[in-house]
Amino acid sequence: MADLRDLYQDVILEHSKAPRNFREMAGANHKAEGFNPLCGDRFTIYLDLEGDSIRDISFQGSGCAISKASASMMTQSLKGKTKADAEKLFGGFHDMVTGHEPSNGAPVELGKLTVFSGVSEFPVRVKCATLAWHTLQAALEGKQDAISTE
Amino acid sequence: MTTAAKKSAAKSRPVAARQASAPSPAREAAPAYDVEKIRGDFPILRQKIRGKQLVYLDNAATSQKPQSVINAITRYYERDNANIHRGVHFLSEHATEEHEAARSAIQGFLNAAHSKEIIFVRGATEGINLVAQTYGRVHVGGGDEVLITAMEHHSNIVPWQLLCEEKGAKLRVAPINDRGELLLDEFANLLGPRTKIAAVTHVSNALGSITPIRKMVELAHARNIPVLVDGAQAVPHLKVDVQALDCDFYAFSGHKVYGPTGIGVLYGKAALLEAMPPYQGGGDMISSVTFEKTIFNKLPFKFEAGTPDISGAIGLGAAIRYLDGIGIENAAAHERDLLEYATGKVGAIPGIRLVGTAREKAGVLSFVMEGIHPHDIGTILDQESIAIRTGHHCSQPVMERFGIPATARASFALYNTREEVDALVAGIEKVREVFA
Repeated sequence: MADLRDLYQDVILEHSKAPRNFREMAGANHKAEGFNPLCGDRFTIYLDLEGDSIRDISFQGSGCAISKASASMMTQSLKGKTKADAEKLFGGFHDMVTGHEPSNGAPVELGKLTVFSGVSEFPVRVKCATLAWHTLQAALEGKQDAISTE
Repeated sequence: MTTAAKKSAAKSRPVAARQASAPSPAREAAPAYDVEKIRGDFPILRQKIRGKQLVYLDNAATSQKPQSVINAITRYYERDNANIHRGVHFLSEHATEEHEAARSAIQGFLNAAHSKEIIFVRGATEGINLVAQTYGRVHVGGGDEVLITAMEHHSNIVPWQLLCEEKGAKLRVAPINDRGELLLDEFANLLGPRTKIAAVTHVSNALGSITPIRKMVELAHARNIPVLVDGAQAVPHLKVDVQALDCDFYAFSGHKVYGPTGIGVLYGKAALLEAMPPYQGGGDMISSVTFEKTIFNKLPFKFEAGTPDISGAIGLGAAIRYLDGIGIENAAAHERDLLEYATGKVGAIPGIRLVGTAREKAGVLSFVMEGIHPHDIGTILDQESIAIRTGHHCSQPVMERFGIPATARASFALYNTREEVDALVAGIEKVREVFA
């Protein structure tokens, strides 16, 4: 049986209450909005890209503890990384929260993001955990339309 | 179907006979509302989920089904399945009788003047779309207005938006106060010379508010404006008498009133329905077809193109008979007591804010918790096997009105108990612990 504490780990609760990089970014050169129409979660991801490298990343919006903590920890783990790093991390993160085996062999080193492994026991919450990442993808690709989990 | 066949269908009512024999002796012995006995009629409520007794408080989304409804559907497929309104063989005739007996049961339930005023549709949503696309398309033109309220479900907003967009008409919205009550004066002021129809909810799905529908109809009729009532959340909780309300259309969904999904009802005054063009074309809705011209069938069949959801209608008929057996007033009194109890208990928990505190309410307790998103409340309660709904409840404008993205919503049915409310309260305490 899934345990609530597997989902609501202390680190996740702490990030949801005090999210990092939770601000609008005036000098952002990429941004995207994502929302989950099922629960009304809505986030904007701001990026300051220099070539392929993420010089700065921040977010704003509202959502549940899982989606907010995920956005917060995503911004922490991506600062200073490249677009390719971000794609790779998302792939690994997605595999983890959906409970899939790593897509191509070697597991991705997820570091602190492994606190979200409990999400795989709560399939309806996968969209919460991945909303920020999908929005990030849209921001990286420079998509203008708001993206939706549906 | 002949009139004689209809009469015999109404008389025989095998489902009603069987139900009446089961619960009535106990009720005679114990006139008080026997909720435990009623719970016994709902097989799904017996189960445990993750080892814990299921506490089902998501009735505004869909209600559970009593055994008699499940039996009626099973029996239809085991014994009676045939297409209706056309066969000369025994099964077809019998299936037709059962289908039309369900229509008669619903007519009685709503106190409609004629059974031909009961149109079977897929649900309240389709009923509203039917009116928007037939009555609406004929009567609403450029510069005209359609009046709704600020607490409509999306299903009573979007069909009118589509119509207004097509016709160049305007959608007007009657506001509500901070308790979630309709502002009747504002509603009256918005009924203008260009208003062609008012489409209003009877009970708000997100807030539970009961609207002053009788007065609203009176105000609209004083200006010759017809009124459609979205009764999806009202029919399970209130005695609805369409003649007393004098509304022109009334739509509800079967699955929220202990019937199956995929079936619902649009009531319409016969004179209006007669004058309306058909909604969909096909079989059953015609009386004769040539390539040059089609003569449409009479009511209610004009609005029932194609083979209908026969088992759904029969299941809904069984649900109505079940509810009749308990008595809608008895169920309503029980639910009022539960809602009052839950409002006191849940409202007293620190950090809880109730959303929707209208003086007249039915069935719904919506709330938010300080610093905790409704989605997280829902997941934690689910771990306690307590089913509630979280989100915007297909009423985003209502959420916007209260400045929140979502709520947690517990909603009650005739089989819920005070013990289940206590379980909800204990579950909310657990939520507080996790987020402490």
